[in-house]
Amino acid sequence: MVDRTGTPLVELRDISIAFGGIKAVDHVTVDLYPGEVVGLLGHNGAGKSTLIKCLSGAYRKDSGQILINGQEVEIRDPRDARAQNIETIYQTLALADNLDAASNLFLGRELVNSFGFVDESKMEAETRKIMGRLNPNFRKFNVPVSALSGGQRQSVAIARAVYFNAKILIMDEPTAALGPHETQMVAELIQELKKQGLGIFLIEHDIHAVMDLCDRAVVMKNGQRVGTVDVKDVTDDDILGMIILGKKPPQAY
Amino acid sequence: MSDSPHSAQTTTPGEGAVRRFLRATEIDPRLLGMVGALLLIWLGFHLYGVWVLGEGSFLTPRNLWNLSVQTASIGIMATGMVLVIITRNIDLSVGSIVGVVGMYTGLLQVEWLPPMMGLGNPMIWVIAVVFGITLGALIGLFHGLLIAYLAIPSFIVTLGGLMMWRGMAFLASSGRTISPVDTTFALLGGGPYGAIGATGSWILCAIACAGIAWAMMRGRAARKLHGFALRPIWAEYVVGGISASVVVIATLVVNAYPWPKGILKDYYAKLGQDVPEGAFIAHGFAYPVIIMVAVVLMMTVLMTRTRFGRYVFAIGGNPEAAALSGINTRAMTVKIFALMGALAGIAAIIASARLNSATNALGDLDELMVIAAAVVGGTSLAGGVGTIYGAIIGALVLVSLQTGMVLIGFGDGSYRKIVIGVALVLAVYLDIVYRKRIK
Ligand SMILES: Nc1ncnc2c1ncn2[C@@H]1O[C@H](COP(=O)(O)OP(=O)(O)OP(=O)(O)O)[C@@H](O)[C@H]1O
Ligand SMILES: [Mg+2]
Repeated sequence: MVDRTGTPLVELRDISIAFGGIKAVDHVTVDLYPGEVVGLLGHNGAGKSTLIKCLSGAYRKDSGQILINGQEVEIRDPRDARAQNIETIYQTLALADNLDAASNLFLGRELVNSFGFVDESKMEAETRKIMGRLNPNFRKFNVPVSALSGGQRQSVAIARAVYFNAKILIMDEPTAALGPHETQMVAELIQELKKQGLGIFLIEHDIHAVMDLCDRAVVMKNGQRVGTVDVKDVTDDDILGMIILGKKPPQAY
Repeated sequence: MSDSPHSAQTTTPGEGAVRRFLRATEIDPRLLGMVGALLLIWLGFHLYGVWVLGEGSFLTPRNLWNLSVQTASIGIMATGMVLVIITRNIDLSVGSIVGVVGMYTGLLQVEWLPPMMGLGNPMIWVIAVVFGITLGALIGLFHGLLIAYLAIPSFIVTLGGLMMWRGMAFLASSGRTISPVDTTFALLGGGPYGAIGATGSWILCAIACAGIAWAMMRGRAARKLHGFALRPIWAEYVVGGISASVVVIATLVVNAYPWPKGILKDYYAKLGQDVPEGAFIAHGFAYPVIIMVAVVLMMTVLMTRTRFGRYVFAIGGNPEAAALSGINTRAMTVKIFALMGALAGIAAIIASARLNSATNALGDLDELMVIAAAVVGGTSLAGGVGTIYGAIIGALVLVSLQTGMVLIGFGDGSYRKIVIGVALVLAVYLDIVYRKRIK
């Protein structure tokens, strides 16, 4: 059971961002506690990815506040987010196709030796270690990731987010390209990270996965937050109603 | 560690000997292809001379030495153009940067400094060199700022630069030719005195061979440390042997090219002696070539061993992903263009030193040769792919075609342009075919 009495790990307060005339995110407030998995749901184009991109530093919010451990922080770019121990698996994966798995995993945070040169062998060795844990079948270490399957690419993106000991993890449809076995492994990974006290935002279309993995679910529609529910208080149909009809069940707040 | 999961030694049955050789030695087949094409071009020009003109003059120490000197300024700029093109940009202004930097460095050492410091002051060439590189870098920096922070496409910024800097070069001297340059400065362009001689060349050769051996042993040690598959030992010897042979052959060639009679006379006259019977003083490696090799080494280390190099490739592969990984892509663009400008500055120094003068036309159309060299050398205009050694081989191919045509009597500009134009398109086509086949 997640303890939600203390200060939240993350609070997104009244976040808004518009592209041209489109209000992609419209005054949305969400919070996340340590050891908690919060699911973000909603139809295509509801604004889920845009909301979390304000937290990951990919976009700058137009208005609103971001608080980490109760402290207001300014996240202007991805470096600011990384400095707050926020790691993100983007829906588009954000991999440099011409580089191999190790180069992608350490992109922007390369291991260097005492001369300041990139330590390729060490990075490859570390990549082999973490991939051995996440996806033991992964063998393609010395080819550009453009030569990998969709699922293999996704494993690389997941490995990158987990390797650096994040405190806050953002996963935007992390299992979209994965087979059933690999999906199961990601579910186990999420459980394990949760036990370690990470807070996780999980964007996911599969309601069963949300019911299994998440503590709370936030539903968005047309950029606005429909409501937030404790998953143990609601049924699949309640959530479906929120997503499709924007209907808020009595348990929601 | 024999149980390593990835092994370079495992052989697939039915695999051809060539493939097996390439795999064991880990030589890039495209490098082999480019070197093969270069050797074919050389042989072609030489044999044309032998058969048609009665005398082959391409594969002679004299011509190869000149070829090395003529490649220097294009080659140096091509290494920078690789970075520019990998990051999906272009720099059309490098030829004009050569022009304007050459002109101002010329004015500095011919008209501005001597009255202040005295003609022939030994510091003049140093100041001129530092000034030239700095001016080039500042111009590149300025282009980079416009491209990165005002989001003007590099094609437009540098097209503007192409015209503007050429105009500035003309205005700086009202179209006059500035000469002669400082005598020490002139050595940077090569020529009989602008080379290090036979002994110096052998010393350099020895250092290079030791460097090759050291680099190979270090590479092997690093792989061992992490338990990765090693190249079979014979492959190490083959790769090391080939690399060292290239260095030794180059040294033999430059040491086989003697000073001409006039220079010998001049040299011994200064010593107060007569020219001895059978006097033979070799040129050795020319300074501009040594500068090019130093630039190539530095750029190769930069691209393959540093974070900066990683980021260049990452930006080329996926600019958005690079930015999301916390790479400051704008600052990178500025740095890359500043580096390109600095290299154009070095090229300007070499080119004006070689001519012993600064003219308004210095570096005219160089941008096309430089871009072509990078592309012939395997740099992809789609971004994300390219190598420094490729650019140098590309520069050698293009300069060989250019000088070869002159040598076999087709020196008229039109034939040269036709041949180089065809070679450029053909090289890119072959590269496309090759890439499709390995997919
Ligand atoms: N960079 C952008 N420029 C313009 N409009 C954008 C941009 N990014 C998102 N949008 C718009 O904002 C809205 C929300 O998009 P977002 O990607 O957040 O949806 P989503 O909920 O993640 O959908 P999906 O489930 O399809 O991933 C959409 O209408 C989209 O067109
Ligand atoms: Mg999305």
